[in-house]
Amino acid sequence: MAVDTSHVHSYEYKMANARLGLWLFILSDSFVFLGLLVTRFYLLGGLRPDLDQTLGLIVTSVLLVSSFFMNRAETAIAHGDQKRFLNGVLITMVLGLGFLIGVVGFEWRNAPFGPGDGAQGSSFYMMTGMHAFHVLTGVLFLAVVYRNGRNGRYSAERHWAVEACANYWHFVDVVWIFFYPALYLIGRVAG
Amino acid sequence: MRILSLGIVRGFIAQIIGTAVGMGLAVLIRILIGLDAWSAEPVAVVGALVGAIAFLFGTGVMSDWTQWALGHDTPEHHEPDPRLPGWAHYFNVSTDHKIIGIQYGVTSVIVLMLAGLFALIFRAELAESGMQFLTPQLYNTLMGLHGIVMIASILLGVGAMSNYLVPLLIGASDMAFPRLNALAYWVNVPGALLVVSSLALGGFDTGWTGYPPLSVRAPLGMQMFFLGVYLVGLSSILGSINLVVTTVRMRAPGMSWFRMPIFVWAAFATALIGMTATQLIGLSFMMVMIQRLLGLGFFDPEKGGNVILFQHLFWFYSHPAVYVFILPGLGIISELLPVFVRKPLFGYKWIAMSSMGIALVGFLVWAHHMFTSGMEEYLRVPFMYSTMLVAVPTGVKFFSWVGTLWRGKIEYPTPMLFVLGAIVVFLFGGLTGPPNGTVATDLHLHDTYWIVGHFHNTMFGGFVYPFFAAIYYWFPKMTGRRMNERLGKIHFWLMTPSFWVMTFGQMRVGLLGMRRRIADYDPAQGFDSTHLVITIAAFLIALSVLIFVINLINSIRRGEAATENIWHSRSPEWQLPSPAPAHNYADYPFEVIAEPYDYGASPAYVSIDPNAGKGPAPAPHGRPLAPHGAAGD
Repeated sequence: MAVDTSHVHSYEYKMANARLGLWLFILSDSFVFLGLLVTRFYLLGGLRPDLDQTLGLIVTSVLLVSSFFMNRAETAIAHGDQKRFLNGVLITMVLGLGFLIGVVGFEWRNAPFGPGDGAQGSSFYMMTGMHAFHVLTGVLFLAVVYRNGRNGRYSAERHWAVEACANYWHFVDVVWIFFYPALYLIGRVAG
Repeated sequence: MRILSLGIVRGFIAQIIGTAVGMGLAVLIRILIGLDAWSAEPVAVVGALVGAIAFLFGTGVMSDWTQWALGHDTPEHHEPDPRLPGWAHYFNVSTDHKIIGIQYGVTSVIVLMLAGLFALIFRAELAESGMQFLTPQLYNTLMGLHGIVMIASILLGVGAMSNYLVPLLIGASDMAFPRLNALAYWVNVPGALLVVSSLALGGFDTGWTGYPPLSVRAPLGMQMFFLGVYLVGLSSILGSINLVVTTVRMRAPGMSWFRMPIFVWAAFATALIGMTATQLIGLSFMMVMIQRLLGLGFFDPEKGGNVILFQHLFWFYSHPAVYVFILPGLGIISELLPVFVRKPLFGYKWIAMSSMGIALVGFLVWAHHMFTSGMEEYLRVPFMYSTMLVAVPTGVKFFSWVGTLWRGKIEYPTPMLFVLGAIVVFLFGGLTGPPNGTVATDLHLHDTYWIVGHFHNTMFGGFVYPFFAAIYYWFPKMTGRRMNERLGKIHFWLMTPSFWVMTFGQMRVGLLGMRRRIADYDPAQGFDSTHLVITIAAFLIALSVLIFVINLINSIRRGEAATENIWHSRSPEWQLPSPAPAHNYADYPFEVIAEPYDYGASPAYVSIDPNAGKGPAPAPHGRPLAPHGAAGD
């Protein structure tokens, strides 16, 4: 193991630390979402909230496609392609906002139940709310990356912020891959 | 020196302004969405949250990240401001793990005294049956505050030991993420303030567990309690991530996993729990907050909720949490014992693995707190067996300690007294555990003072005694002076008998049927005299801690100088001069050449150049002062 006892460390050394740290943060954060899944199955069991299937499919597709563009942006900056990188970040951000509008703007309004209406209300609004909060922080992170990227802060060799942002974005996406079936697909519709 | 040059002062000012701004914001939002402008609870919660965030920005702990987000570079290291006197660095943001460790430690001792004070107040009330000077509501709040503020103190103490010791023990220059380390400390300050502020906002009558449905109906203080604990938990998560990365990545050359000082194993196992399980107490508290603020029905049966769900989520953290409290302490016992016995630590690998084993099994036992809660009955027996399983790795530790002491050349300075005290007290904590973990006996013992006695045994043996031992032992490393031996021995010999009287008294009334968490008891039960004795013992413990604090403060300035390896330890940090230099081993590179605890078997654990630190500093490795922009932590 490359270990360095001096108080000034190389960039590569610090990057390896930062990567491990980010993965541990993701592990830690996933316990929140695990707790929410437990809550949903504890309270609702074999029932599921009465939701708009078309809208669910649309927002899920939007979020999955956004991860594709996020990955494209990261690969582009790793090859030094600034233009494609910035475009990718911008498209990801727009798709992320589209997901937020779909969930918070439409699904929250259109659902035939409110937050206080039974176990489906508490499970649905808490799960989507916590996930939307993570998407929102991801969008803000993307905005910071976009602004700094336009000022030429990232290079093929040095773009830790882009990498961290991309990994976080994919994580939030993976969470939705578990939440979508738990909310839209599994079980009978609750009355 | 201007008062505003102190980070903590700027933080408090920012917190006051932030709270006002947050309250204004909440009123504005309420008006915009067409609600009544004023409603105490949501306005206060938003205010408290914004205030806490403002505190962090006020201290300056967020400034590097803010600069990076705005696209500016910051220096790799912030050198301490030379215009400030030495003590002022402890009131400012620092990224030096040793300063942060001491900040944690001092905060821990202050918070410990506060929590002890709460206990003394309600103990005085309990000395006699009938209500003398407290109202039941205030009694409940003080009892809950004693619990939660003590927990905060313990978490801070664990942070102090992990932060100060781990980089020194593994030969690192600092933690992996120094800025994150500073944030993890500073977030505790508004957190602790919010918890204590609940006293002024109606208090909370649930005890530290915050069970719904009572916590849904409790006064506003309940929300401050939840928010404060949430922030303290955040500190625990961030600190744990940092510690895991540091341990995995930053060990000195030659320091393989099984050649690390044993305390590092304990801190590592603790961090694995802290970084994962803590999220679930945060989630459970957040769910009650949201239920109170927005009307979601997680724990309201009329809205399809279930109160048992809260207990599952809550104990999924709060049981492993007790291992967060005790594992570092047990690590301190294993770390110090060989030094004062002058013998190798018996069964090093077994001890290391027992820490990991306790951490792992700790995740599988939470429902033993819920045998009487009305949870699913089929869960009782499996959780009884998994609970008994904890005794196996814990027993391994006891065997090792006895094996280490066996035929050793034992010395008895103050730290060793506390180590031995810890072993005996924790033994009783362990032995009084199985009756609570067994379903049949727990149905009688649950919620009695027996549990209080058991719990104080585990916490004193697993944290309080080892924490005092660690302070007496490493105080010279922090200050270059040693604490007064005579006062240290008075501290020990006053605290220990008083402690036994207190916990045996608690167990006695508990077995006779005294309920815990109640403000009063029937004189016909005949508990008055025992309760009086418990109260006197509690005051004597407080007196002994006061002696300790006086000793601590006096020794900082007037203690006997101790810049050398006064305990004749093999550990790397004692090969450095005291107080430890700013960048630890930067001028004292070392390599691990033998086993850590081979006292009497091999000459040294680490090879360190005795002339190091006197000549010119060696050239730094790697690329110096790499511009890092938005990189790094």
